[in-house]
Amino acid sequence: MAEKILKIKGVSKEFSKVRVLNNISVEVEKGEIFGIIGENGAGKSTLIKMISGIYVPTEGEIFFEEKLITEFNPQKARELGIRLIPQEFNLINELNVFENIFLGKEFKKHLLLNKKKMISKAEELLLMLHTEIKPTDKIQELSVAKKQMIEIAKALAYESKLLIMDEPTTVLTGSEIELLFQLMRRLKEKGVTIIYISHKLKEVREICDRVMVLRDGEQIEIEDTQLMDEHQMATSMVGRELSQIFPKKNQPSPETVLKVENLCVKGILEDIGFDLKKGEILGFSGLVGAGRTELAETLMGIRKKLSGKLFIHGKEVHIKNPSDAVKHHFAYLSEDRQGTGIITSFDITSNITLNSLNNYCKCLINHKKERETTKEYVENFNIKAASLKTKLEFFSGGNQQKVSLAKSLDTKPQIFIVDEPTRGIDVNAKREIYHFLKQLASNGIACLFISSELEEILGMCTRVVVMREGRITGILDENNMSEKEIMLYATGLKGVA
Amino acid sequence: MKISRVLKGFSAEKWGPLLALAILFAISAFASPYFLKTRNLLNILRQVSYTGIIGLGMTFVIITGGIDLSVGSMTALVGGISILVLNALGGGSWAIFIAILAAIGLGVAFGAANGLIITKGKVAPFIVTLGTMAIFRSLTLYISGAGEFRSQSNLFPELGMGSFLGIPNPVWVFLGLAVLFWVILNHTQYGRYMCAIGSNERVAKYAAIKIDKVRFFAYVIVGITVAITAVLLSSRLNSISSSNAGQNYELDAIAAVIIGGTAMSGGSGSIIGTVIGAIILGIVNNMLNMLGVSPYLQGTVKGLVIIGAVLIQRKNNK
Repeated sequence: MAEKILKIKGVSKEFSKVRVLNNISVEVEKGEIFGIIGENGAGKSTLIKMISGIYVPTEGEIFFEEKLITEFNPQKARELGIRLIPQEFNLINELNVFENIFLGKEFKKHLLLNKKKMISKAEELLLMLHTEIKPTDKIQELSVAKKQMIEIAKALAYESKLLIMDEPTTVLTGSEIELLFQLMRRLKEKGVTIIYISHKLKEVREICDRVMVLRDGEQIEIEDTQLMDEHQMATSMVGRELSQIFPKKNQPSPETVLKVENLCVKGILEDIGFDLKKGEILGFSGLVGAGRTELAETLMGIRKKLSGKLFIHGKEVHIKNPSDAVKHHFAYLSEDRQGTGIITSFDITSNITLNSLNNYCKCLINHKKERETTKEYVENFNIKAASLKTKLEFFSGGNQQKVSLAKSLDTKPQIFIVDEPTRGIDVNAKREIYHFLKQLASNGIACLFISSELEEILGMCTRVVVMREGRITGILDENNMSEKEIMLYATGLKGVA
Repeated sequence: MKISRVLKGFSAEKWGPLLALAILFAISAFASPYFLKTRNLLNILRQVSYTGIIGLGMTFVIITGGIDLSVGSMTALVGGISILVLNALGGGSWAIFIAILAAIGLGVAFGAANGLIITKGKVAPFIVTLGTMAIFRSLTLYISGAGEFRSQSNLFPELGMGSFLGIPNPVWVFLGLAVLFWVILNHTQYGRYMCAIGSNERVAKYAAIKIDKVRFFAYVIVGITVAITAVLLSSRLNSISSSNAGQNYELDAIAAVIIGGTAMSGGSGSIIGTVIGAIILGIVNNMLNMLGVSPYLQGTVKGLVIIGAVLIQRKNNK
């Protein structure tokens, strides 16, 4: 029997009398990669926050290395060797790599900092991670994947025994994910235990030894990943057979709604040209940094274009700012939900009508009309809200995304740009969003569908534009659309860049 | 049903300032027999009106994530020039009307100057208004030769000294404006947009809100409130002292906003809170006077009240 590093016995958590986690019991072995999956709001975050000392359990006991944890605070957990690697990194951009790694734990020589020792120790750590990052690199010059490496290096500097990774791969590209997994396997060999949370079931199956499924705060099952395929995981998370995840595709009409010609943005986009048909869901594929979000922002008038023409129904239009874009019936669902999509301190109504507030005002805001619209969206989109007055910060990611979607749609767009609409949300909410999009397309709205998940692009689109480094490398129709083909264009192996 | 809903809506954020006011009121009533006299209460209200009115405009500016430090010296400059206008036109009722218009025009212009530099020049509000604070005060001193602007009108003081239905005019203006500002904040597009910008400027930008325009007008609006205060103040004293008028008004106005529960980080705020905040400051001053505390120590107490209010809010947010 392997040594148990973490024992959770009958743990429950309540927030103001609402039970969000009920009677969880699990034992994690030393050197194991243990997956936790579940829909948004299933209680994954709550559970890891208790393990890492941020929340205090309402009931139950947690043992780390056979010792009962009595004092719940993050500092204490860190000292024990438990380290949470958050989705949002806690790095200071202005400082160097080694300064970040040893932040709050600096080596000193008398009163002064011992830089030499810190640099050499950091070098050692980075070498162990097999990266070419140097201790003296500036954080702000590093890619997201490298920043994550630094977070892991930080954890190792504290000699952590249990790493908790919360959705580590959402920000990474395919090859970066592979590197991360290699690193995780090496850590495992060194006896480091990892708790791994992800929505990407394929990855969970690939990297984890065992997986625990949570649903509505209940522990549903714990199973070897060898004995459970992705479909079974999804079914177990949702609690019922998933019906068809993607809706049947529409055949778009031949009528062109938007035509883009020779669009350039200095240093970012070059010679972008494509057309978008009425009722079409046009996919945009590419690696991170291909310029897809930048293209969306340019179409929305958020970025300045250097040259290029836009035609709507054959007529040239000029979009210089977001208001112009709204006037021409553009809407944008941003990839960065909390950064640019919704206001988390606003309630659901104020969020939904933010873009379309003009339609609710004469002199004063018609609050009744606002509420009625909100109720409609809440019903149609199946948004789970305690009340219409609840602030959005208390919503799960999936529900926030639905509000963000409702907000974009309330301007009654004809051209709808959706940017990674299902990032970080659960299977069920994903499925709902696919069906809304299809419904919109059926109603004649032209959708520009940006996504990094190929499965999604293949499932939803009849045509896909592939971008690489600010250029379009290929436009594929349904007959020659495949994961392999898209990747060839996205990586520049095919198509003239 | 109704009661449980009311109780559910009870939050420290919303009711904290009112609770503090009630406690302070009760303590004051016990501490001094004069406190509850109508005359004293009306006097407190009148005294808080001047900075209270500016506090209303300041609430908007702070909600958008900004600050205006220039309001005190702007009060002196606007008041001074409007007295010059009044005197030049002979001091009759017509002259008073024009002087008020001139004051408001100046308030708009000075506010617009702040707003333009902040939005178009992209300079931090703190810096811009720190600069204009010095400029306005210096211009006031220069124009008056470091002396006093004295009105020659016999009619003008009636505006600021007078009362209607037993309540002093400045109090009416303060409460009337409070209602107007409350409506703007809670029931107009402009109010919603201010909160959106203060909460998350990028979301506001993506939502096609004209951010610069909204922020610009917040500074114009605070300029108008300064002008109204300047008129009320100069008509009460029938003069403006170039060195003392409006002294520390920025402190009192910002303090009222903060005590009223508006977050310095912007995004949300309460007009009712600001009114309560202003009154709390007034009562504190009044009590210190009645208890014979040295006027030099009153600033210390005011400072403690401001810091205490923020500490309590911080605790509640955790």
